Amino acid sequence: MDKELIARGVKRCSTGRFLLWILPWVGLLAFGLFAAALCLVKGLNQTNMDNRFAFGLWIFLDLTVIALGAGAFFTGFLLYILKVKELKAVINSAVVIGLVCYSGAVTVLAVDVGQPLRAWFTFWYPNVHSMLTEVTFCISCYLTVLAIEYVPIVLKNRRLRDVPHLMVFEHELHKLVYVLAGVGTFLSFFHQGSLGGLYGVLRGRPFAFREGLFIWPSTFFLFILSAAAVGPSFLICITWAVEKISRKRLVRQEVYRVLARISGLLLAVYTAAKSIDTLVWINRTSPGAGFLAEQYYSWRPFGTWILLVEIIGCGLVPALVLLSPRLRQSTRWMVAAAAVACCGVALNRFVLTVQTLALPTLPFDEFLSYVPSWQEVGTFLAVVAYGVLVYSISFRYFRLFPQERELRVESAAAEAEAEFELVER
Amino acid sequence: MKRYGMSIDLDKCNGCGACMVACAVENNIPAAPENANDRKGITWIRVYKIDNGEAWPERRTAFVPVLCQQCGHDTPCAHVCPQQAVDVDAKTGIVGQMTERCLGCRYCMAACPYHARYFNWWDPKWPAGMEKTLNPGAAPRMRGVVEKCNFCQGRLHAAQERAAATGKSEIDPADYVPACVEACPTGAIRFGDVNDAAKQPDSFRLLEKLGTEPKIYYRSKREWVRKVASAPGRNKAVANG
Repeated sequence: MDKELIARGVKRCSTGRFLLWILPWVGLLAFGLFAAALCLVKGLNQTNMDNRFAFGLWIFLDLTVIALGAGAFFTGFLLYILKVKELKAVINSAVVIGLVCYSGAVTVLAVDVGQPLRAWFTFWYPNVHSMLTEVTFCISCYLTVLAIEYVPIVLKNRRLRDVPHLMVFEHELHKLVYVLAGVGTFLSFFHQGSLGGLYGVLRGRPFAFREGLFIWPSTFFLFILSAAAVGPSFLICITWAVEKISRKRLVRQEVYRVLARISGLLLAVYTAAKSIDTLVWINRTSPGAGFLAEQYYSWRPFGTWILLVEIIGCGLVPALVLLSPRLRQSTRWMVAAAAVACCGVALNRFVLTVQTLALPTLPFDEFLSYVPSWQEVGTFLAVVAYGVLVYSISFRYFRLFPQERELRVESAAAEAEAEFELVER
Repeated sequence: MKRYGMSIDLDKCNGCGACMVACAVENNIPAAPENANDRKGITWIRVYKIDNGEAWPERRTAFVPVLCQQCGHDTPCAHVCPQQAVDVDAKTGIVGQMTERCLGCRYCMAACPYHARYFNWWDPKWPAGMEKTLNPGAAPRMRGVVEKCNFCQGRLHAAQERAAATGKSEIDPADYVPACVEACPTGAIRFGDVNDAAKQPDSFRLLEKLGTEPKIYYRSKREWVRKVASAPGRNKAVANG
């Protein structure tokens, strides 16, 4: 039915099968939109956040999703600025992932604030000292950049290329790609950093507060590093999952190896930086504010194990696996290490958001726990469903993996050769 | 104009909660809905109970009223608000909240080490007839914005208007006291020049090492009260009593 929309030279499942695939995601999206509508119409009393747990599931997952979506800016930076040509094979996919992650996060943020209609106030009355102002400005601009970067991918669709004006427009837009990559990299570096700064500047929360350079706390730089490190890892995981689900080879093994090597290297640097930062915080920053670090870890379940899992289990170990040429050759090891690295960044964001708020600062206050309501979970599931739908549609109708066609031709040729040999024998 | 501060004598506070009630009435704080819990309600001033951790008959108890500490240095909430909805009056030192500009992002709540900021999780509602008792000097806040103690700024403005009407440039100190000070039956809460509050004997401030320079001073002659109330963070051993 939609054959005319599918790119030449690639094979996609039947329309019926595709509809069957997207149906449960559409259902999940509808459920999530209902949950979000409840929060918007009835108010944030629908959530389990409260005056102590002012931030909850949404902020934690927003920070995680934005870090994972960093593959978009970092791949663009590596490809267009540092000229790592192998990454051309995944850049389109990275842009879609980035767009989905950022637009999803911004949508959830709009539900998370009490007065979403006042969002423009931040542009009108900006507080230049607030990290949230920096985040708002950068994230809005970068989302626009991602949307512009997505347009040429859409315009490359077989049917749309039949329209001459669109083809010219796409061609002209493509010339901007280096500028967009540069602008996107700058904005993304800044807002990944300012997301880290959000908590790092909280001097009233000694668990999160960090010293730093000039106006930026160390978490500013750690967030940039961690996002750059796990962005390629997430790209590995998604590409591998899409290959498995679609049962097609989409990129050459060499592309995986390059992504793994870059991710491993950055993860190793991040792990070292995070370890130094933790030591400085334990021995200087936190005692300086009157809090001994051991106080934080006396509350279960947040023992020191969480710190070890984050730095060693989800930092050092996957970094070593991804850096080892022998282990990197094994897809199983590589994908597992990339997935663990992604979990590590999620754990880091969880610690910084949820654990910070759970710990008491006043001596007579309680350690608190929080369990998100179904409306909070539902709203986030809507973002997951939206992401899967946008990616699925993009994968079906646009050329996300330029190597797919050649790989298909190669494997067809190999099959024919094998068949010929069999007949000859 | 002087910078305001408060001194709370913990040896006099009996935990009656009159300050909380007076505050709610003065500032038009609506009653919490039935399904609200302790952590979703709005209480600009909140009285905590502390003890010395000993078993009876050695057990001793004290009460610590906690309100916005009106931080004077790098005010954590003002520093982080993305749209300048937190206003620090350089003359009076009062940290005010412009609720009509508040986005409801709650970043200020995460930043406040004293947990003295409250979010309007529900639309404000008063039982039929009760709306007639609202104070015209304090605008009720809408759902989705953050609010906090502002030293009854409505009373300050009224006092300033009265002073201006009589041709005075300064207000009469007796003409402006917050509702909690007025309501305290034991006279535990005293209000005035922050420098006077700082001079009181046996004074301390909450989480002093954070360097936020609060303008609320607490007093107690009892050493254990000073020790428990001024300690940074809650120690697990203390928490377990």
